[in-house]
Amino acid sequence: MAAASGNAPTAGEYIIHHLHHLQVGKGFWTFNLDSIFWSVAMGVLGCWFLWSVARRVQAGVPGRMQAAVEFLVEMVDTQAKGIVHNAHSRKMVAPLALTVFIWIFLMNAMDLLPVDLIPAIWHVAGPAIGAPDYMRVVPTADLSVTMALSVTVLLICIYYNIKIKGGGGWVHELISAPFGAKWYLAPFNLGMQLIEFVAKTVSHGMRLFGNMYAGELIFMLIALMGGAWFTSIGLPLALGHIIAGSAWAIFHILIITLQAFVFMMLTLVYVGQAHDAH
Amino acid sequence: MEVISFVALAAGLIIGLGAIGACIGIGIMGSKYLESAARQPELMGELQTKMFLLAGLIDAAFIIGTGIALWFATANPFLGQIANLPK
Repeated sequence: MAAASGNAPTAGEYIIHHLHHLQVGKGFWTFNLDSIFWSVAMGVLGCWFLWSVARRVQAGVPGRMQAAVEFLVEMVDTQAKGIVHNAHSRKMVAPLALTVFIWIFLMNAMDLLPVDLIPAIWHVAGPAIGAPDYMRVVPTADLSVTMALSVTVLLICIYYNIKIKGGGGWVHELISAPFGAKWYLAPFNLGMQLIEFVAKTVSHGMRLFGNMYAGELIFMLIALMGGAWFTSIGLPLALGHIIAGSAWAIFHILIITLQAFVFMMLTLVYVGQAHDAH
Repeated sequence: MEVISFVALAAGLIIGLGAIGACIGIGIMGSKYLESAARQPELMGELQTKMFLLAGLIDAAFIIGTGIALWFATANPFLGQIANLPK
């Protein structure tokens, strides 16, 4: 499905071009520079926003921004109190949950920008500085970013497991739960525990990735409908593209918030499980 | 040609079968929520939070499948393997 050079890309080429990352390196050491840049940029934006509200905090009647941020912090704090029952751990885990929620929400929200907006700017700016003409702006539609987030949560769970239960205590739990403390059940217990950790981490990361990747791909397919403006059925397709794009964007607002919330809740649940003895 | 047709069928099956499971699951959960909200309206807000959480979890496997199916449909990895087959 190749177009001759100089012609417009075919539908498949357009999609494949938009799905390619801006990469350096080979094999295992490939870095997706666009994901790294946009995830750091969203982190800086989130930190700056919260800091700018926090330094103007006033008692008495709060402004609307301050009320919104207070509502958010209180929501996360309520959830954390309900799930993690250790007040000392909550000093780290509740801010972790807030960070996860706001950061993932901002990264997901990059999906609401028009599909070709930033790639069109990069099309001009990138080759001018010698970079390849690929740009993907949604970091959470990159499997490496979402798995990095879930693996970090896994490492935090392991840290809390060892801290709360002790190294020996945690190893004892690994070989004695869930089937029982008999010596001959130890391999089955260990197998189940390992499967549980792997399944929780993989599903945690892939849920976010699948939602964002599918959402981004549907936005691209809708954009293709709009790109058919100059064909014989162009006008109905272009009108359909406006309607479909609006409907999908509105639905996607719910999805990005929901997925950030689900990721945060599962972070709290997994860290809370590290505190409970089976 | 056959690989392409089978991949297209596979993508449709992945999305369709996943959608059946996810929609039935959400339907059952939603109906239970509505019943319990009618029975105890004061718990409606708390249960709604948990309902959204469950909706995200139920949709997970289906959406992962949809992501994989859309990946097959657009940047098909099987075509590259055909090119590398020995003649």
